[in-house]
Amino acid sequence: MGYLKCIKITKEYEKASKALRSVSFKVPSEGIFALIGRNGAGKTTLVRILATQLLPTSGSANLAGMDVVKDAKDLRGMIACVPQEARAIGWLTPRQFILSYLLWRGMDYSEAKRKTEDATKMLGIDQHLDTANRLLSGGTKRKVLVASVIASGAKILFLDEPTTGLDPISRSDLWRILSKLKRTHFIFLTTHYLEEAERLADKIGILDEGKLLALGTLEELRATVKYPYIIKILSDRKMLKPREGTVVKGVDGYYQIATKEKDAYEISKELIKEGVKFSMNPLSLDDIFYYIAKKPIEAENYEKDESW
Amino acid sequence: MKKMNHGSQIFASILVNAVYAMINYPIVLISTLLAPFAFLIVISFVSHGALLPIAIGGALIMTMISAGTSLQGDLSHLKNDFKLQDMIVSSPTSARMYLIGMAISEIVYALPALLVLAILAGLYINTSILGYASIMAVMSIMFIFSISLGFFLSTLTSDVIQSWAFTGIISTILSALPPVYYPISYIPQQFQFIAYISPATYAAQIVQNATGYVTFSNSTLLIDWIVIIAVAAAMTVIAVKKSKWRED
Repeated sequence: MGYLKCIKITKEYEKASKALRSVSFKVPSEGIFALIGRNGAGKTTLVRILATQLLPTSGSANLAGMDVVKDAKDLRGMIACVPQEARAIGWLTPRQFILSYLLWRGMDYSEAKRKTEDATKMLGIDQHLDTANRLLSGGTKRKVLVASVIASGAKILFLDEPTTGLDPISRSDLWRILSKLKRTHFIFLTTHYLEEAERLADKIGILDEGKLLALGTLEELRATVKYPYIIKILSDRKMLKPREGTVVKGVDGYYQIATKEKDAYEISKELIKEGVKFSMNPLSLDDIFYYIAKKPIEAENYEKDESW
Repeated sequence: MKKMNHGSQIFASILVNAVYAMINYPIVLISTLLAPFAFLIVISFVSHGALLPIAIGGALIMTMISAGTSLQGDLSHLKNDFKLQDMIVSSPTSARMYLIGMAISEIVYALPALLVLAILAGLYINTSILGYASIMAVMSIMFIFSISLGFFLSTLTSDVIQSWAFTGIISTILSALPPVYYPISYIPQQFQFIAYISPATYAAQIVQNATGYVTFSNSTLLIDWIVIIAVAAAMTVIAVKKSKWRED
């Protein structure tokens, strides 16, 4: 299908500071690309620019061979977007909402009617087709929006935090659907559930304060981290120093050793010998995000930590 | 690329903003039916029926103007509370098709009231075919004006509170200030200039002249026509050129 290519995209709002600062990247427009970042990182601004809702202050972006500014009219036939905080209109039923959305996109009535039923069946919400949206659960309401964009036939979908606020079961349901969908669509997904990106995404971008800090597959991101293993000591007992690595204090208050594979193995052997409770894992996306964004953790070199 | 069905795009707006609202909440029908009659009834009683033809003409104009006020509120609600405008922008629907569809939806919404008013007009307004044609033309022009204004303002709002403020201002300028349900001579002369701030006053003068109740000079009527056509045209251009469909 081609690539999504952003070249130095910058967005400045009138009064606020820069929402995006010269964001450049290139990813294949297939599978799922997940953009992760904290609230206010600029994720929604980037989605809105790429989904042709917002003009960038400078820079350009190209999607499926089309410029998102100059070729917006043609591009809009190929994309569909579920914006952050979008809600299925309360006074409509899912059937009425999806049908209307498809008609708005220029579909014939009979085709729209058929596609509405197919999409709701696919998402397992066909039993709610004629229930008012306002009476549906949060998860089902989200699925109504996702069903709308799936039914549209657009091959490029922008989903801005589609699972925010959903319970774990609804979230997992939606993940299953997106996993299936990514075989035939390019999905640009934003999330601050790092587990979501870890599970679904083929490529992951980390955005912070309007800057793209890292981009790659999970393995590629893991490889950018100097110490790819984490040993978490589950007690306040003094821990062993790694030959090479850092000691960090996690958000949960426990001290952790970030080190290389060989050191991690040696330390874990010692800890087992001493009967210390611990866990050892390769870095999760959460750890990588903390490492790259360097915000929620106070990283400190173990040599400087005199309490050890 | 598959050909767009513009009829479908217009139909979608009519479904969402009028048909489904009426089907799902039948109370809406009663509300829309009653809205233009409140003033009409009061004016008729106060004038012992003398101003009934003028009040009917006024109600017809106000129904058209209310379409714009309602459109502004409806679109702001759909845009800010449901993020519908963002979904529509990222689709093949153009701002023009969305506006046309939503405008027609407001007419459909107002149909029950228009139907009753048309019957009352047939019964109580004695005028020529040209008079009826003038009334219809004024209604159409005021509709275009108010719809364009409503659409333009709705694209600027970022919150429903802001939308309510716009609604209040529009209602005051277009509904409260102008002597639509009664002749301008009922307003003390030193305050009449305030009424002329509103384009609805010019529209009302044409309709009142058509009903035969008040007679205005040809030059006054000419000015009235020029003013309403000019403001409607200007507002349409502003709506098309300056509305924030894709934000900058």
